[in-house]
Amino acid sequence: MTNKLQQAAVSNTAARRNVMQSGWPWLLVAVLAALLPQVIHNTYINDVAINVMIWSVAAYGMNVMLGYAGLLPLAHAGFFGIGAYAVGILTLKLGWNFWLAWPVGVLICSLLGLLLGLIAFRTRDDVFAILTLGIGVIITQVINKWDALTGGNDGLNGVQPPQFFGIDMGKSAHFYYLTLVTLAVVIFLVARVRNSLFGRSLIAIRGGEDLARSAGINVYTHKLRVMMLSTGLAGLAGGLYAVYIGFLGAAVTGPATTFTILLYLLVGGVGTLTGPLLGTLIIRVLQQSIQGLQDYQYIVFGPLLVVLVMFFPAGLAGIWTRVQAARSARIGQGSKEVQDAGV
Amino acid sequence: MLASDHPARPDVLLEFDDLGIRFGGNQAVQGVTGRITPGVITAIIGPNGAGKSTFFNLISGFYKPTSGRILFGGQDITKAPTHEVVRLGIARTFQTTTIYKELSVLENAVLGHRVRTNSGLWDALLGTGRERRQRAASTEAAHVALARAGLAGQEHTLAGNLTQEAQKRVSIAMALATEPKVLLLDEPAAGINPEETVNLTRTIRELAAGGLTVVLIEHKMSMIMTLADHIMVLHHGQKIAEGSPQQVSRDPAVIEAYLGGHAEPHVKQAATEELAAEQAQIQGGHHA
Amino acid sequence: MILFLQQFINALSLGGAYSLVALGLTLVYGVMRIPNFAHGGLYMVGAYLTWALLSTLGVPYFFALGISAVVMALFAALLERVVFYPLRAAPHIHPMIAAIGVLFFLEAGVQLIWGPDFKPMSSPFGGVIQAAGLTITGQRVLIIAASVVVMGVLYYFLKRTLVGSTIEAMAQNREGARLVGINVNRVAALTFGISGALAAIAASLIAPTSLVSPSMGEVMNLKVFAIIVLGGMGSVPGAIVGAFLLAFAETFGGVLVGTDFADVVGFALLVIVLVIKPQGLFRRTT
Repeated sequence: MTNKLQQAAVSNTAARRNVMQSGWPWLLVAVLAALLPQVIHNTYINDVAINVMIWSVAAYGMNVMLGYAGLLPLAHAGFFGIGAYAVGILTLKLGWNFWLAWPVGVLICSLLGLLLGLIAFRTRDDVFAILTLGIGVIITQVINKWDALTGGNDGLNGVQPPQFFGIDMGKSAHFYYLTLVTLAVVIFLVARVRNSLFGRSLIAIRGGEDLARSAGINVYTHKLRVMMLSTGLAGLAGGLYAVYIGFLGAAVTGPATTFTILLYLLVGGVGTLTGPLLGTLIIRVLQQSIQGLQDYQYIVFGPLLVVLVMFFPAGLAGIWTRVQAARSARIGQGSKEVQDAGV
Repeated sequence: MLASDHPARPDVLLEFDDLGIRFGGNQAVQGVTGRITPGVITAIIGPNGAGKSTFFNLISGFYKPTSGRILFGGQDITKAPTHEVVRLGIARTFQTTTIYKELSVLENAVLGHRVRTNSGLWDALLGTGRERRQRAASTEAAHVALARAGLAGQEHTLAGNLTQEAQKRVSIAMALATEPKVLLLDEPAAGINPEETVNLTRTIRELAAGGLTVVLIEHKMSMIMTLADHIMVLHHGQKIAEGSPQQVSRDPAVIEAYLGGHAEPHVKQAATEELAAEQAQIQGGHHA
Repeated sequence: MILFLQQFINALSLGGAYSLVALGLTLVYGVMRIPNFAHGGLYMVGAYLTWALLSTLGVPYFFALGISAVVMALFAALLERVVFYPLRAAPHIHPMIAAIGVLFFLEAGVQLIWGPDFKPMSSPFGGVIQAAGLTITGQRVLIIAASVVVMGVLYYFLKRTLVGSTIEAMAQNREGARLVGINVNRVAALTFGISGALAAIAASLIAPTSLVSPSMGEVMNLKVFAIIVLGGMGSVPGAIVGAFLLAFAETFGGVLVGTDFADVVGFALLVIVLVIKPQGLFRRTT
């Protein structure tokens, strides 16, 4: 049973690569997304869309760890928070320009991710999960208690939206485009990584670490690098979040947020290129509709995580792959053939 | 004992000195000393549980020995991590076919070539020339490895959909793609039928003829006798005999090990004669 | 000196309670071979059950504790059958995620039923003992006594009964246990049940000395995982040693870094140890 699950989950990527090779569907989506604020002048929808895109970036960050390397990074929201607070503190308290603070925040997250990896990757994988869970909590605690730096329990208030050559990015439509471009670049880069020699080695590590090692892959350095990418992406999303919401509190950096991002991934399809965006879109829209019950959303999301992992570990993208495979099998095409990514 | 002592191919000389490993209370391998002669096919045989796979795990860097040392090309690789050992030129396959069943045959082979590339995350993100060049090189190397392993034409098949024999060839291809100097095959013929065994034997001989130093663990005596130029016998984790197939098949210690030492003398005599006869027969065909 | 002895007693009682939680988790690790992130949830619900029985139904403390232990034992066993048994062959990530889902569900559920605020639990031994200049609350004495008793019972069970030694064998070396012919799956539910009971008992013992809240599960998770990683996952003696180590580090460290950070002292300790010795303090056999 494991084999089928694993096959389904990982050959998700095979089918996805089919679509990805022809980038046309993505281009279409991008064009449609670009037209949205021009056609629908609704700030609420804009707001939802921006939120979905910001959290998608975070989800892509988790996806490179979980979907490509097979590791569970339970401190992800912590790095999101570090990126957010870095931008918040640098712009608000030190008067930095957003366009400098943002990449610096990403860099800080990458370096801290490297540091964590140096310690965590020398231990076994389940210890990695435990360690990152704890680090995630510690990050939240530190942010919460370090009043002087982060505003502690009161949070950081009044982070200003950036200016871009005189254009006020704070305006809903403008920020929408900033976020859209960011997401598009992220997806492009992540796809590149997936198809690269580096990315394939990650997939190999996920598929079997010992085998990867015996094939000559330096597992340790690969894990360190993907960790830096993952935390960097989390920080990227965090930086956007900081200037969009304008207010930061420690709560968003905690494990609950990490697991919500995990939920997005599971729903959409771990290890796929569409999964993170798809899952974030669906669940966030769901979350919007149960606005008042934020604290109790895990009454539904908890069991949902369990059900997903038990019956639909490949997520929606996985169901799509299975439908595709069934269809091509009926048509008579050999399902034995597998499209390789640009090899 | 020095690499320079050996006349032929000193850089491919794999030597081990008093090699041993202990798991808790169990001494799985002990005091194994010797060398793998370059350019020939060496077979490692012994009864079940003799420590053959463990020995492979030691010389391929998969396990770290608790005693002794390993030298490759004169360099001490005792403490070298697995991927480093592969980089230096020792590749291996596993007993239970270990390949990536969810990937295509070609992708499996491409992974083997990763050790010869250094294109990293930055190269991936920026789409550098290095990434493009090395990806092309890896694809090329993978095709070559697949051809040598007898899988040309199967590149895009899902590895998990192949027959047992073909899957074993995939793991051989993966190992070949690492561009090894020494190839360790752990029971390559396990679980395949006689016809497939003959095919695989031919492939292995071709690989050795191409200059590759091959070491294999096998139980199928016919395969051993036709392929091996040199045999090493392990029992209870120790080396009990070594030499040419003729020498080894007549060695009383070896016969003792296989028959358990409890057989009647006349049974042992009969077994020895039978083995020698079989040997002679195969030997006759060997030089044909 | 008085202060030192005072804290010493506190650390002892804390260590005793932590041992119970850690023992349950380490035994379950032997079955699952995966950290059970839901363990903190079992702990938390155990505390809430006792509290609810005490405050709303007026059930006497020891009965409430007992009922809670039994209920949590059954719940944990059910969890094993329904969630973890089906996932036994799945990649490790899956049951880890499922456990997390359960943890968060329990946390949200408890908050829904009883609200997010912190609740005090009254101790059955409200008085204090004054001896040699020390002030020891009755509850702390109870914790020490109770944990010793429970550990004794557990010891007897693990060493002297067939089922118990099976469980301990599995915790130490699962593959070895299976090779010897032990039916790993059959003992799984029982092991989970035991861990649930231990968690509930520990939670009910500690609660009167602090407070009951929905986040107490997550906090305990951190500590108990630090304990078993330090002590060696699957090691019974390691769990006990680790528990007392953590309790002492927290109690005396808390004096240094302040109560705010006392909870994370254990984790900081774990990180430091892992930097130096990635395999943890004790080596496991497998």
